[in-house]
Amino acid sequence: MSKDLFQELKFRDPARARALAQALARNMDAIGREVAVMHVCGSHEQAIARFGLRAVLPPTLRLVMGPGCPVCVTDGPEVDEAVALALQGVRVCTYGDMLRLPGTARSLADAQAEGGEVEVVYSISQAIELAQAHPAEQVVFFASGFETTAVATAAIALARPPENFSVLSAHKYVPAAMDLVAGSKETRIEGYLAAGHAAIITGWEIFEPFARRTGAPVVVAGFEPLDILAALVKLTELLKDGRPEVANVYPRCVTREGNKAAQASLWKVFQPASGRWRGIGEVPGGNLALTPAFAHVDARRRFAIDTGPVRDDSAAAEARGCLCGRIMLGLATPDHCPLFGTACLPESPVGACMVSSEGQCRIWHTYGGVPDLRQVG
Amino acid sequence: MEKPAQKIGLKHGSGGRAMRQLIEDVFLTLASPVDGIGLAALDDGAALRVGDRWLVVTTDSHVVHPIFFPGGDIGRISVSGTVNDLAMMGATEPLGITCAVILEEGFPRADLERVVASMRATAAEAGAPVVTGDTKVMGKGQVDGIVLNTTGVALADRVVTDAGLRAGDALVVTGSIGDHGMAVMARRHDLRLEGDLRSDVAPINGLVRAALAAGGEDVVAMKDPTRGGVAGVLHEMAAKGRVGIVVDEAALPVNDEVRAAGEMIGIDPLLVANEGKAVIGVRARSVEKVLAALRAHPQGARAAVIARAIAERPGAVILDTGFGKRMLAEPEGELLPRIC
Repeated sequence: MSKDLFQELKFRDPARARALAQALARNMDAIGREVAVMHVCGSHEQAIARFGLRAVLPPTLRLVMGPGCPVCVTDGPEVDEAVALALQGVRVCTYGDMLRLPGTARSLADAQAEGGEVEVVYSISQAIELAQAHPAEQVVFFASGFETTAVATAAIALARPPENFSVLSAHKYVPAAMDLVAGSKETRIEGYLAAGHAAIITGWEIFEPFARRTGAPVVVAGFEPLDILAALVKLTELLKDGRPEVANVYPRCVTREGNKAAQASLWKVFQPASGRWRGIGEVPGGNLALTPAFAHVDARRRFAIDTGPVRDDSAAAEARGCLCGRIMLGLATPDHCPLFGTACLPESPVGACMVSSEGQCRIWHTYGGVPDLRQVG
Repeated sequence: MEKPAQKIGLKHGSGGRAMRQLIEDVFLTLASPVDGIGLAALDDGAALRVGDRWLVVTTDSHVVHPIFFPGGDIGRISVSGTVNDLAMMGATEPLGITCAVILEEGFPRADLERVVASMRATAAEAGAPVVTGDTKVMGKGQVDGIVLNTTGVALADRVVTDAGLRAGDALVVTGSIGDHGMAVMARRHDLRLEGDLRSDVAPINGLVRAALAAGGEDVVAMKDPTRGGVAGVLHEMAAKGRVGIVVDEAALPVNDEVRAAGEMIGIDPLLVANEGKAVIGVRARSVEKVLAALRAHPQGARAAVIARAIAERPGAVILDTGFGKRMLAEPEGELLPRIC
């Protein structure tokens, strides 16, 4: 048996899943009341929905997705900046999910249809290749993603990119959004699953001040179904014992201190900045802006971006009844939205959560819609 | 609610919800009452009463890109598809099939001869003589290479529909799933995947005959999982039989190459087309007999029970992943390139 297949079998063992589900039920019995916990990662939601994990959770445990889709939280006016650049003759490159993400009135796909040069790339290095291939043009990489993806952008910025290349950063910083959710009176989240891949970079100790400050335990989790169930067992155990600590149940990948070199390059190139997240509002320290030392690759500093002609705040999806904002804050689920699966579909998305493959609406739609099957079969 | 699209899109031909909606909205206006199973049943074909037997008729147009792919070609699909549609109605001995072809100006004669040779071989394999045909040529760009239409006729003593499930029935698939669609997709998009992805395209009337002989009246529903895959078939059977269906994901026979390709390109083999498989609904008491008969046939070695029908949630298809449960989405087609 190949090593990869062995790994997969090890983390996809239904018998172990049943044992974990039973442990989870015991913890929830001991807690004896309803508890809501949040994960903040599209890949976690993918695994939870793909494997139907919510159907085996104890009825008193509510597992909520928070602002875990970086594409979804990219704000309309940020997209407007990319649209304006594309329409003023700059070649704009971005990841596929960003193409149809609505700005206040238009998406990059619309800009493309109107004659703007927009290219979908699979990595930032492809954008660099495009800049090299078109030396007479300005190439802007519209960069989205959380701190994990921002590390790749930072590496490029540090590697002396071509002079006609710059970055329009829509990178977001997850810990800032967790602070915001924890501070909200409405959400009442008692514990968090942290994304394992982000923690590979940041290390798990980054969550310790958060856990101390908010009194909510944090468990770092991987992405196989058993990883997630095991993390929930640990999280409910910490809740049961009243221990607001950080636990790492993804030790095969995550260490206490993380990848120091990656952190150093991240914070050399980027600095936290406050900014609006779509549907959520102002997130203090939630955006990653290029530092002054990297002004030469910062599209916001290199171009006079005039979003005036492309901006129309009255056209926003919220006006059509879209619940993405509340969904991203964990205050609603896709089935609460009257547009979900009817007017809002992957081929004709209304809100950001249906555009991106990391968005909760898109994920739920792909995996059959409403997940509550506890009573069936 | 959504307004119907004013232009036909590729999704309207992909075997999913959009296609079903278009057929119901537009083509069902052609339906009129018949003695037997007509257009309104939206089955694999029609069954018309002739004396004390049934005349089963089915027709299918075939386009596939590329026309030659690992494991088959458009000629083999055109014969297999029609023979299999007849078999899905319980008619496993075709009296004859027709061959109508539309060619694009400039189509290479050598390719045409290769396609026809493949049709000849497949027809012989299925015991289905080609009995009449038609040829048209259209100008360059007016049609994409070649379009093949085949119609098949056969007599049957008993007709099997796709609406016969009731709670307690088992659903059997006759072999590995997803092979055809994944092989064609890999070739079309030039995915450099390791391993041997090959289409399963084949006439399976002999295999179905064996299942019917073993199960008799207890074979209550049959459908071939072409476009829309096994997921599409299960949705149709659940809706028409007014039952829920619970699928055991661990029981699905999937070749390693198909599973790997699916994980890589993010496409579930359940949604992918097959051209040499059937999903068969069987009353519980006859499942073992039918399974044994299928497995004894060279085309059915990997036959398996993959799902069961339940009384709850009529119309819904539920996937038991082994870790939890979720609804299995009805294929919509917009994510899948058109493959046959």
